[in-house]
Parts: sequence; structure tokens; C-alpha cells
Amino acid sequence: MKFAVIVFPGSNCDVDMFHAIKDELGEEVEYVWHDAESLEGFDGILLPGGFSYGDYLRTGAIARFSNVMKEVVKAAEAGKPVLGVCNGFQILLEAGLLPGAMRRNDSLKFICRPVELKVANNQSMFSSMYEKEEVINIPIAHGEGNYYCDEETLAQLQKNNQIIFTYNGENPNGSLENIAGITNEKGNVLGMMPHPERAVDELLGGADGLKIFQSIVKQWREANVVNA
Amino acid sequence: MSLMLEPSPEQIKAEEIYKQMGVTDEEFAMVEKILGRLPNYTETGLFSVMWSEHCSYKNSKPVLKKFPTTGPQVLQGPGEGAGIVDIGDGQAVAFKIESHNHPSAIEPYQGAATGVGGIIRDVFSMGARPIAILNSLRFGELDNERTKYLFKEVVAGIAGYGNCIGIPTVGGEIAFDSSYAGNPLVNAMCVGLINHEDIKKGQAHGVGNTVMYVGAKTGRDGIHGATFASEELTENSDEKRPAVQVGDPFMEKLLLEACLELIQSDALVGIQDMGAAGLASSSAEMASKAGSGIEMNLDLVPQRETGMTAYEMMLSESQERMLIVVKKGREQEIKDLFHKYDLEAVAIGVVTDDKMLRLLHKGEVVANVPADALAEDAPVYHKPSSEPQYFREFQTMENTIPAVENYGEILADLLKQPTISSKEWVYDQYDYMVRTNTVVAPGSDAAVVRIRGTKKALAMTTDCNARYLYLDPETGGKIAVAEAARNIICSGGEPLAITDNLNFGNPEKPEIFWQIEKAADGISEACLALNAPVIGGNVSLYNETNGTAIYPTPVIGMVGLIKDTDHITTQAFKNAGDLIYLLGETKNEFGGSELQKMMEGSIFGKAPELDLEKEKAYQAMVLEAIRAGVVESAHDLAEGGLAVAAAESLFGSKGLGAALKVEGTPAAALFSETQSRFLLSVKPENKAQFEQLVSAQLIGEVTNTAELTISQEENILINEQVDSLEAAWRGAIPCLLK
Repeated sequence: MKFAVIVFPGSNCDVDMFHAIKDELGEEVEYVWHDAESLEGFDGILLPGGFSYGDYLRTGAIARFSNVMKEVVKAAEAGKPVLGVCNGFQILLEAGLLPGAMRRNDSLKFICRPVELKVANNQSMFSSMYEKEEVINIPIAHGEGNYYCDEETLAQLQKNNQIIFTYNGENPNGSLENIAGITNEKGNVLGMMPHPERAVDELLGGADGLKIFQSIVKQWREANVVNA
Repeated sequence: MSLMLEPSPEQIKAEEIYKQMGVTDEEFAMVEKILGRLPNYTETGLFSVMWSEHCSYKNSKPVLKKFPTTGPQVLQGPGEGAGIVDIGDGQAVAFKIESHNHPSAIEPYQGAATGVGGIIRDVFSMGARPIAILNSLRFGELDNERTKYLFKEVVAGIAGYGNCIGIPTVGGEIAFDSSYAGNPLVNAMCVGLINHEDIKKGQAHGVGNTVMYVGAKTGRDGIHGATFASEELTENSDEKRPAVQVGDPFMEKLLLEACLELIQSDALVGIQDMGAAGLASSSAEMASKAGSGIEMNLDLVPQRETGMTAYEMMLSESQERMLIVVKKGREQEIKDLFHKYDLEAVAIGVVTDDKMLRLLHKGEVVANVPADALAEDAPVYHKPSSEPQYFREFQTMENTIPAVENYGEILADLLKQPTISSKEWVYDQYDYMVRTNTVVAPGSDAAVVRIRGTKKALAMTTDCNARYLYLDPETGGKIAVAEAARNIICSGGEPLAITDNLNFGNPEKPEIFWQIEKAADGISEACLALNAPVIGGNVSLYNETNGTAIYPTPVIGMVGLIKDTDHITTQAFKNAGDLIYLLGETKNEFGGSELQKMMEGSIFGKAPELDLEKEKAYQAMVLEAIRAGVVESAHDLAEGGLAVAAAESLFGSKGLGAALKVEGTPAAALFSETQSRFLLSVKPENKAQFEQLVSAQLIGEVTNTAELTISQEENILINEQVDSLEAAWRGAIPCLLK
């Protein structure tokens, strides 16, 4: 399986995402610059964290106008897995690929620390390797991760099991219903504030994030690789 | 806004306008002699910033000469953007520390943010990829709104810049003392990784080569920042707010990536950050270091504001700019490279052979001065030095032991002192994980960052107990280096080198200059003994508020090499049943201690002694045992002594406790700050091997009771729940900020 890591001006978790895929997951991966015309040949699209365009205007608000975003939308419509982490999640919200919006953390401070997540839905293409309700440890690092949406949207998210991860125990940013990560209705676009690419190596404190990437690969193999 | 009508050379002399720029009568006479004529306004400005203490080190040069700066590991010593040391396999580490004290005192967010931005540029201007940021901060006591504001904003500024640019802030140290109330210290350190063949220098070689300006446009911010940094703060310093620059970390992220791509191009000849004194220092220094000259047309400088004068452009300290020299004829490919990152690269001048810095503006030569005169020929002052009365008095005092009754209560109180308490409130705001190489996060003795693709890692720390330096600058200087090295050793590393940030008061006062000299003596001696040469640093003098100086605070930034990630060790106890050892003897030493400050409200007496031979021997033993794989945890004893170190080793360990036995006077055994001591834990099965390698005293074991018990023979001195100690320690700073 071949992944694209989209690099916007100001992305800074692109390297982490790249190495998580290449060194720990062992799949193919390439960086794709924000002005790229095509995402042909890639089976999965990753939008990394960082401060695209310096977070100027609003987080993700400028990046979503990047040339490559037209291609990201196409890939999403074609059913390819699209994962946006942190700033990547914010960009997916601004691009309308996911519902809702981000507010500043309720503490009004940037927070960087490992947090506990609960796997609220293990039936998605991003979480099938986890147990239902499994509690995992994944770091957060953001100033605007306080997810919000209106009641109607929330009801929709709940009804369709689009809430994949929630904060377990203390909610670090004040997000609605402890939401940490959601998918689109079709289930092939996941946005999450915690950084799974930072939790793929025991030397750095844990590898609970690896199963997200493994879930993506598993689903892709089942759908695309003809058994020999 | 701008001075549309600049004073004439004659006016500058007659009305002594140079004095407003910090140039003395003697210095002005020297300038006149060098030029053989009177300098014009722009030229006077150039000399004033280049000859400021901040740029020229004119008051500190005689002291800096004392430092050992060489060693087989040193690839680049002081004098370039950052020093560089070899770590084998064709790789090297570049690092440097720099202060942004005065800007942070009046505009804390931007002052701290641009301090981080500046030190990052110093490192990537050498061709190195920045991999970590550390800092060292000093504030007044957290008992007033002003200090709380400074503290919150400085931390937010560091976080704002570092998080956005995507370089992890992995460690640092913070202390609080009333001497810093009006003059906080904000020192930022950056560590970079580089391959030997990529090392670049800030030199303008090759007559006819092109001088290019890259990065952000020039505005009127930060004009005379270097001059402002070289004078005392007063009640009127708020008026200097325009001398503080404004940072844009997004711009710097682009500049960083573009410059690291540029490093790989053989079109590049030299590169230097436009830091303090901006375009003036970068151009003069690049020419001077190469023995060449530079001619620049200031009309071509990208400008953010209209109507800027030559004086303003040369002295602006606008951020996120670099000056580069490229081979003639290769300009277009450089422009294309920067264009990819939406950045401008503009040819603004050429390298000449006449050793002059010549500036053209609107068709006229507006400055024509020898580059060496600006960069190298600043006067050097040997300031008078005299031993202060307070020091003589302190030296006559006997070591006394504070009268402590309830040891457990005292321990809890010590853990609540902001200098000792958890700094989680601070580092929670720093992205310390980005780039996914941080193995040991903030909170242990040293931070550890692995080098991807190898078994190696780097340990890094900043350290300085300024109270000891105030009591005795020479001993305190030694201790600062020794403690930094102890932190590196406890993490499993071997010290490579240091960078230092000499923060002191006004050097024109003989008692202050004496502190500087003595501290430098102590630092030099310890660097020699511990094989950690000084590869660069920064001097920040005039740290005074209304005539009162800060404690002498020469911050030591040290980097060490961990040869194998298997050696990485932290301070936390690991398993119940492990044996706990104390290495080093304990004496009655409370001068400058946390206990003395807490109980007496002031510090006095002698600083703890330091025997460098013993220190070296103990460090070698600990490192050998760690490398042999028989040490579970290692922690150096610092502020608050053994009791605090034992408590810290239990925090975060979820359910572990410790039962320890001590000897001698209880207060000294628990809280003395005698140097060269280590707290180590060892698995029972490794007892024999450990004891062969380290001659330490077995003082107890790790338990599963979640209690810290310290007793002396049959008397229980301390018996506290770890949870309640941890709550006191963790809650102190958030509570003070409420």
C-alpha cells in the first residue's frame, strides 16, 4: 500500500508521519508538496499536523485552498482512506470533508501530553485492529482541539457511529462529548486531534497508535489484494 | 517616524549625538581616527551597534579568553553562529545558547519568542538541522502580578515560536528569586545535527561573488536592539519597546527548510543570520572573517515600510532574515529555490577585495568603513575588579545547620518551593515530542533525543544555581558545570562540550566585574577537569534594575553523547525490591541552599565545596555502571538534598515507595546540598556487579507501599505518603499563579 503525506507550508509533523509509515508500519510512503496536481497512484492520504500557513486567519483555513486539496477531495469521494491528524483534522473541517469546527482549548493554552483515548467504534477502517472500548495511550499537542458541532450534527455522528475516539477520563480541551476523532458519513475520512504517528515506537513511550495505520492497511489489503 | 533630516557629521560631534547611541567620547575619537574623517549618521550608527557589548564583547573579551575551547571533539569553536562537536560516523552536533533578557523584560511574549527564533537561525545557518530547543529562565518571586505576567507570557512566547516551527522544546530549568524581579532572564539554547561535509560558515569569500538577502522584509522593528541590550534597565525602559522585535515562526519554518536545501547547493559560499545588529553585523562580520569587503545597494533591500533610511535598514533587527553569499552567475537557481518556499532571495551586493563595507543608497555612498574596524577592532576594556565586602563576610561564617523540627513537613514545604516544584505547568505548553525523537521528556535530569537511524542519542541540559554563584562565584561556576555534567551522566551520556550564557550585572562596577572573572575561572577549571570545552556562547551584561544587579547567572548548556540507546537512564525508581544507593559524602552545607532560603528568607555563608577530582571519579563510576547495564535509575542530588531527590525519584512511579536509612545529623543527611552526590537504584541480582564498579553506600530499597520513609537507626525522620508529596510538588506553581 502506498501512502501520500501532504506537506503544506508550515506542516511540521510530516516527517513523523513519514517515518511511522516507512519504519514502523513498513509500507510505501512519499511526501507530496501542497501544489501537486495529482494524487494518482496513492492508496491512502495522510494530512499531518503542524501550523499550515502559520495558523493565520484560522487553523487550516488557508491550507484548504491549496492546489492539492482538490485532489484530496477527489480521493475522499473515491473512497480512499484519508487521515488528518491535528492540523490535518482542522484542514479537513475547513475543507468540509468532516462536519463541525474547532475552538481553542478551554484552558486557552497549548497542551502537549500523553492522554488516554477510548475506542468508541472499532468497526471503522481506521480502528478495526482495536478492541471495542479499548483504552489506548496517544499524545496530544494542540492549542485548538476543542471540537464542536450543532446538535443535529452530533445526533448524526452518534447515529452513524462516526465518533471513533473519545477522551477517556479527563477531557484535555473541552471538546463536545469528549470527542477526539470522527469520520465522515462514508467512514473513509478520519480526523483526530491526538497524534497516532507519535505512538508507534516503544522507545518513545508506547506504540498504541500503530493499530490505526495497521487497520487502514488491513482494510486495503482485503479490498484490493487478490489472494494468491 | 523616521529621521528625515539626519544630523551632519559636524553636528554629531558638536552635539555629542553619538552618546545617545551608547558611544563614548574616547570611542568616537577612535572612529574619527580610523576613518580619517568624521563619521556620518549612518556610520556612527554602524559603529555604535557593532561596538556595543552585545556584538563586540568589549568588556568580556579578557574574561572569555580564559575558557578552554579546544579538544579532539571540537570541529568549530566560538566565533561562528554555533559551535560544533564530533559524534562519530561523520555526524556532528551544533549548539549554542543565547539570551533575550532585556526584550523579555518589557515585551515578554515577543522577547522570548524572538529569542527562540534567533538561536534556531544561529544553528541552521551552520548547515545543521535543529533537533531540540532548551531554555533557562529566571523570574522574581511569584508573589506579584507583574512577575506572574512575565512568567506566563515568556512561557507562552517560547511555546508559540517553538511549537509552530516544529522543533521540540525538550528541557530547561527555571528558578525564582527576587533579584530577577525587574530583570528576568530568558536564555534559549538550540541543538542541531549535521554531517561533517555540510558545515557552513559566515564568510564572504570570492571577489565578484553575489551577496543575497533572503527571508522576511526589513522593517523599523528592533532598531538599536543590541545597544538596548547593553545598558541597564530603568523605569524608562518601557520607552524602548520599539527596540523589541516581532517574531513570525511560520516565516522562519519556511526559511529553515529553504536554507537546509540551500546548504546542499555548491553555489553557496557563505551564510549568516541577521541577528543582533541585523544587516550591519552580518555583512561586516562576513567580510571581516573572509578578509574581503562587501558593497551593498540598500535600494535593493526588501522593505516592509516606506521611506526607510540607510541608518534604519542597517540597524533594524527585523526577524527571520539571512545574508548569503553565492557564486556569481548562480543567482537564478538560488531565487528559484527560495521561490518554492514562497520566499524572496534578492541580490543586494557583491564581494570586493578592498576590505571595506560600502553602502549605496539612492545613488550615493552613505557609508564606507573598514569591515575589520566594525567587526574586529572594537576597543577592549580591562575593567577594574574588586572583591566585594559581602563575599569577605560570607567567607568568615561557619557552616550552620538550620533548626528543623518536623522533617516531613519541611520536605513537603521544600517540594512546594517554585524552584524545586514540578514545572509541568510550563512544559505542558511546549511541544516536546514533535519530530518523534524525544526519548526522555522534560522533567528528568537531562532530556534525551535519539538520532534516527543510529543507536546513538544525545543528552542535553541547562544548569546554573545562581545562589551558589552569588555566595562564591568561583566555586559556583565550578558547580554549574559539574551539575550539568552530572545530569548528562545520570542520563547515560558522556559530556561533549558546553555553551555558556554569562548573565551578570553592570561590568563597570568593580564588584560585578570581579563576579564575572571569578565565575569564568571556576567554569574554566571545571570544563578542563570534566573534558567539556566551551564551544560558544553569549554574554548578557547590565542585567540591573535601578542599580541593583541580578545574582551572577552563567547558565551552562551541555550536550552529551549516549553511545547506545540501551544506556538511556532516568531518575524514576523502576521496581519494588530494587536497592537504593547513595554515592558521595554528605557534609553540613546549607549556604545558598533551598532550606536556608526557605527558613531564613535570605542566603548567606559559604557555597558548598566542590572537589573536581572526586567529581570526575564519581561521574566515571556512575557512567561505567550505567553502560554495564546495572543501574535502574540515576538522579543527582541538587536543591533540597537527599530527601527531595528521593521524593522526585518516586513521582509518577504509580504505587512505588522507598525505605531509606541515613546517618549523621538528620537535617544535613536529609537536606544538605553537598555536591558530587548521586542517588542510584539497582536490581538485587546486580548487587555484586554494581558494588564492584561503584563504591556507594547501600541506604535502602524501593518498596510497593507508596510511602517515603527515611529513618535514622530506630528514629523515623520522614514517613509521608508519596501521593500527598506529589500533590504538593505538582500543585505548587498552578496554585501560585491563581
